[in-house]
Amino acid sequence: MTDHFAGAKTYPVPPTTEERTILGKRAVRLEDPPLVTGRGRYAGDINFPRQLHMRMVRSSLAHGVIKSIDVAEALKLPGVVAIWTNDDINELGPVDFRADRGAEILKPYRQPVLAKGRVRYVGDPIAAVFAEDPYVAEDAAELVEVEIDELPVVVDSWATPGEFEPGRSTEGALLKHSFGDIEAAFKKAHVIVELDLFTGRHSGVPMETRGALGYYDSAKDILELHGAAKVPHRNRETLVKMLGRAPKGLHVHESHVGGGFGIRGELYPEDVLVLVAAMRLGRPIKWIEDRREHLMCANQGREQRHKVRIAADKDGKLLGIDDEIFHDQGAYVRTHGANVANRTMCMMTGGYDIPAYRAVCHYRLTNKTPCATYRAPGRYESTFVRERLMDALADKMGIDRIELRRRNLIGKSQMPYLIEFEEQGVEELLYDSGDYELLLDKGLKAFRWDERKVEIAARRAKGEAVGLGIAIFVEESGRGPSDGAKMSVDATGDMELITGGASLGQGFETSMAQIAAEALGVDYQRITVVHGQTDRIAQGIGAHAARATVLTGGAVNETALKLRAKALEFGSELLQLPVGDLDIVNGVIVKKGAPAGGPSLSLADLAKKLTPGAKLLNGRDPHLAVEAWFNTDHTVFPYGIHFAQVRVDKQTGQTVCESFLIAYDIGRAVNPMLVEGQLVGGAVQGLGGALFEEFAYSETGEPLAVTMVDYLLPTLGEVPKIDVLITEDAPSPMNPLGIKGAGEGGINGVGGAIASAIDDAIGKPGAVVQLPVTPQRMKALLA
Amino acid sequence: MKPAAFVYHAPRTLEAALALLAEVAPQDGRILAGGQSLVPAMAFRLARPTHLVDINGVAGLDRLVLDGGVLSVGALVRHAAFHKADAKFGALGALLADVVHNIAHYPIRTRGTMCGSLAHADPASEWCLTAVTLGAEMVAHSAKGARRIAAADYFQGIMQTALEPDELLAEVRLPLLPEGAKHGFYEFNRRAGDFAIGMALVTYQVKGGKIAEARVGIGGIEGAPRRIAEAEAALNGQAPGKAAFEAAGQATAAVVDPIEDAQTPAAYRRDLAATVVTRALERAAI
Repeated sequence: MTDHFAGAKTYPVPPTTEERTILGKRAVRLEDPPLVTGRGRYAGDINFPRQLHMRMVRSSLAHGVIKSIDVAEALKLPGVVAIWTNDDINELGPVDFRADRGAEILKPYRQPVLAKGRVRYVGDPIAAVFAEDPYVAEDAAELVEVEIDELPVVVDSWATPGEFEPGRSTEGALLKHSFGDIEAAFKKAHVIVELDLFTGRHSGVPMETRGALGYYDSAKDILELHGAAKVPHRNRETLVKMLGRAPKGLHVHESHVGGGFGIRGELYPEDVLVLVAAMRLGRPIKWIEDRREHLMCANQGREQRHKVRIAADKDGKLLGIDDEIFHDQGAYVRTHGANVANRTMCMMTGGYDIPAYRAVCHYRLTNKTPCATYRAPGRYESTFVRERLMDALADKMGIDRIELRRRNLIGKSQMPYLIEFEEQGVEELLYDSGDYELLLDKGLKAFRWDERKVEIAARRAKGEAVGLGIAIFVEESGRGPSDGAKMSVDATGDMELITGGASLGQGFETSMAQIAAEALGVDYQRITVVHGQTDRIAQGIGAHAARATVLTGGAVNETALKLRAKALEFGSELLQLPVGDLDIVNGVIVKKGAPAGGPSLSLADLAKKLTPGAKLLNGRDPHLAVEAWFNTDHTVFPYGIHFAQVRVDKQTGQTVCESFLIAYDIGRAVNPMLVEGQLVGGAVQGLGGALFEEFAYSETGEPLAVTMVDYLLPTLGEVPKIDVLITEDAPSPMNPLGIKGAGEGGINGVGGAIASAIDDAIGKPGAVVQLPVTPQRMKALLA
Repeated sequence: MKPAAFVYHAPRTLEAALALLAEVAPQDGRILAGGQSLVPAMAFRLARPTHLVDINGVAGLDRLVLDGGVLSVGALVRHAAFHKADAKFGALGALLADVVHNIAHYPIRTRGTMCGSLAHADPASEWCLTAVTLGAEMVAHSAKGARRIAAADYFQGIMQTALEPDELLAEVRLPLLPEGAKHGFYEFNRRAGDFAIGMALVTYQVKGGKIAEARVGIGGIEGAPRRIAEAEAALNGQAPGKAAFEAAGQATAAVVDPIEDAQTPAAYRRDLAATVVTRALERAAI
């Protein structure tokens, strides 16, 4: 190891799955029984007595000045309790950043809770109606008359910037990431390839739309937000600031969540409104977003244009990448500041050893739905760009696509591999572990790359257009700095594990229970995992950026180990045996290697003994309960390769993905079944962005995909069987379990791999420059 | 996505339904059968009927019977009734079973009705294309009486039909296909179950090794489905095969007047018209 790890805490190689009891196994999900028997409790299932229903009045124009809002007619409708415009809540600031808090220059672009003077996208909330039932609320919303003077719109991020407000450009920031001497790299280049690439606007579309319920407990002076997801604790921090309340007076509660994907669970104007209204109107407020609103208002993502070039020497060794990016942020800067643009730039070089790099990003506001993070933010985009460059370069140099990649992969011996950017304040990347070439070899074999080439040649001879594609990427996960957990055993031997994590359907409860069960020595099914409740634990990171398993899992591991130590300490005293001779097996403290019937003490019995006041305690804290923390300064970097085979129907322009393989090194898998679920689900979404899904807008900024008829999510009919090869060749040295995240590895490379396969199928290297590849665009490519 | 207020009626007889319809039609009263197009449109408030006359409880409208050489399909016969080819209906049963699986998704097919599709007249409707290609007859009832409308006169443009607001499409009559008739259906859409971007339905017979009595219908390409006489002329008298099928496709592309939408330019649909006709013919030949 080089000194890149100097000062960082590193861990030895963890045990393999075979050496473990429950960690790493395909354990059955703990969370399924209510979900598969119709007993799930989503935001829509929550009701409070006397609740009012909120309905938003939204802008039908993409840009304009609000001349007047007339609520008189709407207020006359029986059942309408109140209608608010910005004038009614003007003491509230805009919805604040959660991430990228340093981006001071972006603050003027934040979204007000209700439009303030101007509307900036179709769907921009102008007024909120509160009524006795949702039908009346919608009737009243229609009666609110809004007069708007239209302003010119900006729909393309690469067009000349417009005016956000007098004296303020729609170019919110000009961002830069670079290292090495880029000018010199291009000067000495043997080959240069330039591309103009575009990733279409799409996003996560969870089955459950957004929902929020505000409830004010006036007796306790506690304001509650229900229907939260993803980051309950972080959202509470923001809300506490916005509403000027003490943290103890505001709690956020997660229930079942029907999908998150980075977009559901962020803080939106409606979340703030239900809380303020619950207090002011003295009644609980319920808001459930409808699908049309969701497709117009929830965070979107991905829309970027890259004018990019790559330089290589005569052997195909990369010398530099130089990229000019136009990032479409939409109408406002939401909770993530410039994070997506920054993630795009910092992960652009991926798994290749590149001496020089420069990315300049025009971070621009447009009159479209605001954007933020969608699963693998910035990475789906940058992998598409990087892998397009590699294919184009291979073609230009006459080098096989795989061989060119192989020549440039960061070697195992180069790990840990440090990427430092010149710009101040830009975080370095320290790739913690990896054997990229080994995964390439394993992936090629598993996909039967060479055999497929032969099969395809035969099909081509019969007139079919079939091709193979590949995309190699590095992911990031488990960013620090720390997370905590609490765990206790009750007198029956059941356990409660309290975390500040969140469950979006990924199997969080199961994976945390497995980690705790392995460390403690108990049955994972007896552990109840609490998450998403700010009144149960003071801190929590939620579930985002593939962070939960690594960071919260790390905390759970520490907590269970601490509980184990406490149990063994007392067990040693009660059994009169040294701690070193004891083990915990299936919830019972036993003497190692002793036959059945030997000395033993169940954790349940021990919990009964550790009551307050018990003599046994001898000054130590009662209860079989502990709290512990896991700290890390470093992100971990899983990596993967996507392989695709597609068939193009040249007559209709339709692309069909025939097979897909995800090869992914996860370090150590907590539960391979859950990892596969994450990877396959992500790949399906990736196929959506590559071939189907697109939030298109007209020249006037009118959204063209506001129903499921126009926004084409891939269905079972369009998705092939997706194969998964999980490897554990490079456990992370940055955490004791060696684990890396899985949330985004399924989606990261799909756009790149599909584009690569399409080029191959139609025999036009470099043809695909825009996602999604619709039949209409394909026909244009073939023309 | 909550519909605007409406008055709901649930008559038990056809007479009562027609009397109600006569009364409420001037105030945008509408018939509710399967509701698979109307109800979503109401949820979006794109349709705002003030009255709904629900015919699901009307006796006798679910009849699906052979009437001489004609299959009579009542207003409450669901798409799913055609999932399995009924041998009694001969080649027509097989054709309907081929077509029906392209209509949306299973749950929708168990509710939506053939007559409902014909009344709604979406340009991408499979049943509208079927009715036109086979020369069906629509039987419209109103309080004033009943009348029959030929398919060729019935479809008048995008969601436009010859039905009057006070008329209920109580029955559609599909002629059986001649013994030995071949049929082929091909639909192109981006996802299984989506509205067709373009589709074709063809039938023909082979007499003495040559194509005879060819019928070529296209849907989704123009504002309403129609038969393409030029394509039929290109087929009749020719030996079935690649040359004739491609000629029919080209003849179709040459004469269509394609609709456009945000994703799909007219030129794309014109090309597609040739492709779907040729592929439908190839399927028929198998």
